[in-house]
Amino acid sequence: MSGPASGKTASSKPASGNQTSTGASAAEQALVKASVRSGWLLSTPALVLLALAAVGPLLIMLVYSFLTPGEYGNVEWGFSTDAWTGILFTRDVFDDTLRLEDAHLSILWRSVKLSLMTTAFTFAVGFPTAWFIATRPQRQRGLWLFLITIPFWTNLLIRTLAINEILRTEGLLNNILIGLGLITEPIQIIYTDTAVFIGMTYVYLPLMVLPLFAAIDRFDMRLLEAGYDLYATRLQVLRRIILPVVKPGIIAGSILVFVPALGAYVTPRILGGGKQMMIGNFIELQFGQGRNWPLGASLSVTLLVIVTAALLVYVRFANREVTRG
Amino acid sequence: MNQTIAISAQNVIKAFGQGDHAVRALDDVSLDIRKGEFFTLLGPSGCGKTTLLRLIAGFEMPSGGTILLDGADITTLPPNKRPVNTVFQSYALFPHLTVAQNVAFGLEMLGKSKSEVTARVAEMLALVKLEPLAHRKTSQLSGGQQQRVALARALAPQPKVLLLDEPLSALDLKLRKEMQIELKRLQTETGITFVFVTHDQEEALTMSDRIGVMSAGHLQQVGSPKEIYTRPKNRFVASFIGETNFLGATRDPMGYRLDCGIVVQAPAAQADRVTLTIRPEQLRLVPEAEGDIPAKITNLVYFGTDTHCHMSLPDGTEVTARLQSPSDGESGLQIGQGIGLRFVPGALQVLEE
Repeated sequence: MSGPASGKTASSKPASGNQTSTGASAAEQALVKASVRSGWLLSTPALVLLALAAVGPLLIMLVYSFLTPGEYGNVEWGFSTDAWTGILFTRDVFDDTLRLEDAHLSILWRSVKLSLMTTAFTFAVGFPTAWFIATRPQRQRGLWLFLITIPFWTNLLIRTLAINEILRTEGLLNNILIGLGLITEPIQIIYTDTAVFIGMTYVYLPLMVLPLFAAIDRFDMRLLEAGYDLYATRLQVLRRIILPVVKPGIIAGSILVFVPALGAYVTPRILGGGKQMMIGNFIELQFGQGRNWPLGASLSVTLLVIVTAALLVYVRFANREVTRG
Repeated sequence: MNQTIAISAQNVIKAFGQGDHAVRALDDVSLDIRKGEFFTLLGPSGCGKTTLLRLIAGFEMPSGGTILLDGADITTLPPNKRPVNTVFQSYALFPHLTVAQNVAFGLEMLGKSKSEVTARVAEMLALVKLEPLAHRKTSQLSGGQQQRVALARALAPQPKVLLLDEPLSALDLKLRKEMQIELKRLQTETGITFVFVTHDQEEALTMSDRIGVMSAGHLQQVGSPKEIYTRPKNRFVASFIGETNFLGATRDPMGYRLDCGIVVQAPAAQADRVTLTIRPEQLRLVPEAEGDIPAKITNLVYFGTDTHCHMSLPDGTEVTARLQSPSDGESGLQIGQGIGLRFVPGALQVLEE
């Protein structure tokens, strides 16, 4: 930027000054070039790491999805689109026609449904929580935020197993309900969608609360008085002022919850048993017992596409909302 | 001027905190604000002026007393039910909305039709001269422009009373002077009752129809700028607004005997022991022999347009006179010189203690 600009001023100056300013601008340009070069140099390790660890595996996945499965896992070189049709369809053994595969559809649908529910519910619970923390006196906030992040200190597997202990048929929840005489027979929660939903809500709640807190913390509480002063009801103040202003926090929180929820593996594995699979478990199955690596690869790519598409739509929609007011 | 009452505060008390720690921000304040007037609540910070404003707006509920708007009791009415709007000290503009959307907000909340909102917003933006910026975000505006948006937003719903909470304090001096004139113009053009809170006595004197001077949760005096300045009721009002001299005196059959032994004439008061006050510009300096009171010049400070002459009276009381500087800048006075003081007739005021 500074290089061409100073070159222009130099050319408009009288000839006597021309020599020195052109020299200066050349030196400047050299400096800019050097700093750009050193910038690239410094970021090389990160770029190499990204290329190897992110782009490389993705390309391998993409290639694998067009190959044929090997008998004992792995892939065999031979072009096939079976892995892609196999996401939604199954080939009839007798007449070789394609039928929609209900089991696959239900897994996809469950993944999207549970992730959306988790996002919505963590928002419903997380927003009041974040509001509560952000409106505490400055000294107390640290403590509340610390409490919110405590679950991160323990391994996800162990926390999920602990939830399993609470929800299982002879678990804490059922024992308490029976002890209180509210039910006589244990309720089946574990290994249902409900259990997966409860588990994911618990796991992802902090990821919703933290960005919401950051946004509400920046919110100017005097805007509330301005809203009431201009005849808005409490609900209108919430809808017309608070939510639009903290929208960046809502978007960030939703993305942070929805994306990992869609690819969740541990939680549906433990709380959903083997039956209530989500995409993550389904993919794992293809690389393990299923011995269908191409299908696993095509499912992985599909998951990536769904997440990217969902994000694009969501961000576009949210931005339009913001500008429209 | 229309003499009907817009806002009436009756024995209003506001206490913060509880039990022994309770602090009375407002202690039994009664005040009538007339319809269509530019009323200023003036006082140092912490005097309760902003609290009174917030009670009128409805952001706080009084601990005691009543607040009437056009004769109707609004004491417990929430702020969104009061036909009163506020211009906040920080402006509190909605950052996610454009200038026009900010101005439209109150009208939309009142359920006005779209065409009515559009027309009124255009009218308001014209009033504060912001039409070219209608579709800007408020964060792209300067302080003075934000101030105008805040004014347009608060005036748009045509409130019965407009409350202004130190709206000029964030502006630089030049802009502040411009906005003072602008505010007065808006008030005259709209005819809306303005209640303006400030700690700046000059602002209060130049803009207001009437001023209420507050201190320590009490209303000290209410009156026109001239009344407040020329006939302050007590020592606080006299010293808070402008500069003044205080003279201790005792009642005497002939008038008041100053502590320096000289008897002067002043309006009668109840107490035997009083404080008299006189503004520096109401003191005349004459040759020592011709003065009512002898004095000695202790210091001279040149201010350009005028010169402040500090003197001490025979009993040690310090007084200051403000003299118009002569054209050549030489007053002919010297420090240490003896001089005679004379009071402008009627300028000496008696203060209640």
